[in-house]
Amino acid sequence: MKHSSFFWFVLPSAFLMLLFIAMPIASVVTQSLYTAHEQVIVEVKNCGPFGCKTEQSVDQEATKALRDAQPLGKFAGLDIYTDRNHLAVGELRTAWVNADGLPDFGNALMNLPFYKALTFTLTYTAIVTPLTLILGFMIAVAINSVPKAFKGPTIFISLLPFIVTPLVGSLVLFWMVDARGILGTGLQWLANDPTLSVKANTALMWIMLMFYGVWHSAPFAFVIYYAGLQTVNSETLEAAMIDGASRWERIRYVVVPHLLPLTTFIALIQLMDNFRVFEPIVSFSAQAHATSLSYAIYNDLTGETRLLSSAAATSVLTIIGVAILLSPVLIRTYRDFGTPK
Amino acid sequence: MNMLKTMMLGTAVAAIAGTTAMADGHACDISEGRVNIVGNEFPAIQSVAAAALECASGAEQAASNLTSEHQTINVAGMSGNPAEYTSAIVANSSIVALINEDVIRPLDELVSAYGADIPPQQLITVGGKVMAVAFMANAQHLVYRADVLEKAGLDVPTSYEEVLAAAEKIRADGIMENPVGGAYAAGWNLAQEFTNMYIGTGGEFFEPGTAKVSINNAKGVEALEMMKALTAYMNPDYLTHDSNATSAEWEAGNVALMNMWGSRTGVLMDEEGATEEVYSNTKAGGPLTVGDSGTPATTLWWDGWTVAKNISDADAAATFKSLAKATSPALLNEETMSQAVWLMEGYKPEAVNEGVLASVAAGSTPYPMVPFQGLLHTAMGDNIADFLQGSESAEQTLADIEAAYTAAATEQGFLK
Repeated sequence: MKHSSFFWFVLPSAFLMLLFIAMPIASVVTQSLYTAHEQVIVEVKNCGPFGCKTEQSVDQEATKALRDAQPLGKFAGLDIYTDRNHLAVGELRTAWVNADGLPDFGNALMNLPFYKALTFTLTYTAIVTPLTLILGFMIAVAINSVPKAFKGPTIFISLLPFIVTPLVGSLVLFWMVDARGILGTGLQWLANDPTLSVKANTALMWIMLMFYGVWHSAPFAFVIYYAGLQTVNSETLEAAMIDGASRWERIRYVVVPHLLPLTTFIALIQLMDNFRVFEPIVSFSAQAHATSLSYAIYNDLTGETRLLSSAAATSVLTIIGVAILLSPVLIRTYRDFGTPK
Repeated sequence: MNMLKTMMLGTAVAAIAGTTAMADGHACDISEGRVNIVGNEFPAIQSVAAAALECASGAEQAASNLTSEHQTINVAGMSGNPAEYTSAIVANSSIVALINEDVIRPLDELVSAYGADIPPQQLITVGGKVMAVAFMANAQHLVYRADVLEKAGLDVPTSYEEVLAAAEKIRADGIMENPVGGAYAAGWNLAQEFTNMYIGTGGEFFEPGTAKVSINNAKGVEALEMMKALTAYMNPDYLTHDSNATSAEWEAGNVALMNMWGSRTGVLMDEEGATEEVYSNTKAGGPLTVGDSGTPATTLWWDGWTVAKNISDADAAATFKSLAKATSPALLNEETMSQAVWLMEGYKPEAVNEGVLASVAAGSTPYPMVPFQGLLHTAMGDNIADFLQGSESAEQTLADIEAAYTAAATEQGFLK
């Protein structure tokens, strides 16, 4: 393609990416470096149906003058990033000095909201991503060998978890694992423990969230793998068969290598998605047991007082986290495409 | 499916017809300006909004957006110029965000021009300026099952200590396994229960006159310990139960004692969703106490309306006139009377409202209206679950709350 036609070809999408991706990120980064102005507080008498009380209130006129002078707020540099609700640099240092061995330091770390959220987010990503790939691949291989007449319905049913809105899907599961739900009661019967409750136990809640994560995104991996399976060279497969390769050997030495580029693609998408885990935490009401970086952003923005700078800082940290996670895959892809064939 | 849709549509139409019929004949002399109300969604507010829109039917615009997510849109919807919403219906906690963001206007001039009939106790003043007009009161109080208490041979509890004793007796008698209920869902609800309990111990949230938090003290520990003691008698899933789920547990007949919102008792006592044994024995008690401070462990709330700042004077006048009319004694009729504890003259309380009135009579504390209370509320909601689950000490939890609040309040400019 000529350089000029390439330029005109990508111009619209480059423009849209600049407008909808680059500019919001720039805005978020800027926001995270500024905090609200110092609030001018005055003591006032508040009266209502239950009597009067002297309480503090924000002096609007004085605060407005400050706001007009510096509309972006007060420049804070990296203060938000290092405060206790984010990277907690000071608290970490104190914990390191005072900690009685590594486990004690670990406990102190888990007590800080950012590291608690990061731990769950990373565990979730590390467990759900490979399981999704494996399960998706297994479903694809299984469905590929189903007789033609049943293929349509089986594919449709396998796709259902992906079609159901995440919020709805997790709510359905939420009520099924309730102590009085069908799965909850089943688990109590299995474990022979009538007081067992998934929602009250942190470990079980984590397992359920990850189970849900795999259940929801396995169909995505399945669809891609299934499409990939249709492109496997049948002559190679037949040749392998003639050479006496078993079904397992054919999958291991012909199908899997053929699908490797797809695996990279699915892993990339899944890593990004899983690192942003959010909906199941809200719909499972799991915030007492598990929080994620996305949940922390949501929590900052839905309180009665919105913490814009705090949410912005967590967003930037999430972007950095995604970049770090994806870097091995990206480097690998770059090498694969970079080397002349 | 289609039949279900038709039925639902039918109910919706009936509900709309009901509210319009109720507000019938209240059209006012408003010919210019806009009225657009944003607010929470429950029967009392629906009645007020319907009456206001009926009154403003001659205005350029008469609309309302009632949703339980109102708090996430009211500041944004009133920040523009001109503001999308000309009025937000708020409570004593949520008005703070509107005042902090400077999006509502003082009502003094409008009150003297059009609000001569509004009794002074309905006017919410902040620093001498009228910022809102309250129309109803709300509070959390004990709700109990009369039949269960009778069966166990117990009197109606008046303190949390008595609730614990009663719960032990009900469990020991084999009547119910988890007789205590409560909206203990991690987050806003849990923080609200701690706020109640801490106020009940006589604690103060901040050092007087400052934004410096001070809850890491003996009273904070006492409040947490009492909450933990109560959870031993709750459904083990209590950390996921918000007010809705707790009400559902009640209607299912699994709970005999709980601290619940006055505005929700009507739903528990009506015939829908529960067996006769449950709803006919559901009774509203007074506020509960904890320890010997004498202050009830509950907070008083009002709901009221405001007028946006960034709108024309004609819009403001139309909004004020229609809402003043909507919250006048003319609103009260057979249908609306039991929907809330109304603050208007001519209100006659019914059995469902006794709990809120008892809370007011017992001299309960209003929910604090300070600008940084919301930040503390969020910090409490994020940290208390750690203590209830037994993963850390009460002192550690209180220290965590203080630290989380301090970081947030510093960011917001309340602390240096």
